[in-house]
Amino acid sequence: MRYAYYPGCSLERNAAAYDESFRLVAEVLGMELVEIPDWNCCGATEYFSLDLLPAYALVARNLALVPEDLDQVVAPCSACYYNLLKTDKNMAAYPKLASAVNESLAAGKLHYTPGRVRSRHALDVILEDFSLEDLAAHVEKPLRGIRLAAYYGCVTVRPMGHDDPEYPIRMERLLKALGATVVEFSLRANCCGGHMTQLDAETAYEMLHYLLRNAAKLDVDALVTACPMCQLNLDAYQGQVNSHFGTDFHIPILYFTQVMGLAFGIDPDALGFGQEIVSAERVLEKFRNPPEEEEKKPRRKRRDKDALPMPEPLSGGGR
Amino acid sequence: MTEETQHTFLDEVTTIPGGERLRTCIQCGTCGGSCPSGPAMDYTPREIFALIMAGERERVLKSNTFWFCVSCYYCTIRCPQEIPITDIMYQLKRLAIKAGYYRASITNFSETFVGQIETYGRSFELGLATAHYLRYHPIESVRMSPLMLGMVTRGRMAFRPKRIRGIRPLRAILRKAKELGGEW
Repeated sequence: MRYAYYPGCSLERNAAAYDESFRLVAEVLGMELVEIPDWNCCGATEYFSLDLLPAYALVARNLALVPEDLDQVVAPCSACYYNLLKTDKNMAAYPKLASAVNESLAAGKLHYTPGRVRSRHALDVILEDFSLEDLAAHVEKPLRGIRLAAYYGCVTVRPMGHDDPEYPIRMERLLKALGATVVEFSLRANCCGGHMTQLDAETAYEMLHYLLRNAAKLDVDALVTACPMCQLNLDAYQGQVNSHFGTDFHIPILYFTQVMGLAFGIDPDALGFGQEIVSAERVLEKFRNPPEEEEKKPRRKRRDKDALPMPEPLSGGGR
Repeated sequence: MTEETQHTFLDEVTTIPGGERLRTCIQCGTCGGSCPSGPAMDYTPREIFALIMAGERERVLKSNTFWFCVSCYYCTIRCPQEIPITDIMYQLKRLAIKAGYYRASITNFSETFVGQIETYGRSFELGLATAHYLRYHPIESVRMSPLMLGMVTRGRMAFRPKRIRGIRPLRAILRKAKELGGEW
């Protein structure tokens, strides 16, 4: 199957591990990725804050550059994916917007007909175009005994995602098919803060601390994400959160394509392992020397008898 | 506040796609209750909507509420009236900039980012973030140095993005879009 590929700016450098691992996994799955020629930045969340029409025109240029023989584009970055999708949908729904965008594109000798290109997130493509059985068939080295929790963040699933917007479950299914021990993270669709680290560090650290503190309770070996912004915030700022709150979190943040590649038997270096700030070396150690028996899930602490009644927590063993 | 100004501000806010839904707000507060950065806001989204209805243009546009919106879309999907709340927050950002109610440390981040796109066609948020941080939070920057060092040693840091080949046509497109302007 052939797909137009929109890597986006993050994947060029800071999230190179995502780009490298996605390309390798796609190859194993027989996906042909055709990079959009001379694509430009999608504007992230910033351009829409300043000026609406140029923001749409900026995104639409990428859609216009999708080769004529392709009708879908895959974007691994959640912000890119959402901007592409939103631009296409709003151009289709608001003809006045579409004609203004096209009048702008004409200044660069381009045109985009809304609806021509379907914009899809890499996670959706992998989980919709391949069955879990297909994916499991490529597993050469199951991730036995490795405790992984999925972390989706926001725009992968909201407001126009393909999974439940509050309790998505697809990535958990994927991780299970890879042989990992899946731990359900109840905050998996909560926000990492996006660009908040730049605006108000205190607020950003509180949001990250909330996620890390709860992930740490689950005793996970790593959190698995599908967004470069989530990865950057949770990984690169984990040390800042630790010094700010006096905590000692050490939770590696990996891309789902990295753990897929690992299970598919691809060399960890080629998958971008080692580029993370919070080292995932312990995950790799566990991968090389899988525990003899499936580890028992740590028993939850008994609740204080005076505590208020609470619903039973969801099972920690995946579905 | 006259009847006329009240309508004018609400009209200004609701010009975006789906914006008309704002008129159906029932003040239930689901938005604020769902907001991860709500505690840091001057007014919760629900309060902001009440102020918009009341025509309190200046109070709304001078508040920090929409600048603290992290675009998580929880409010948008949970709103029982299907108001595109996140998009309205973006609209308020644009109106505040237009009105000159500027927050240098926040707005400049967006503007520098966009400046990078207009120069190169691509962005490099981390290099930009570093530059922004040094300028607006110089003291805090010292504590950030281990992070930056880590990013550099792992090859994840650059200060300039790649320049696209079609930068001139891209600039022409953006220039035309700015010229057309308007609200959608």
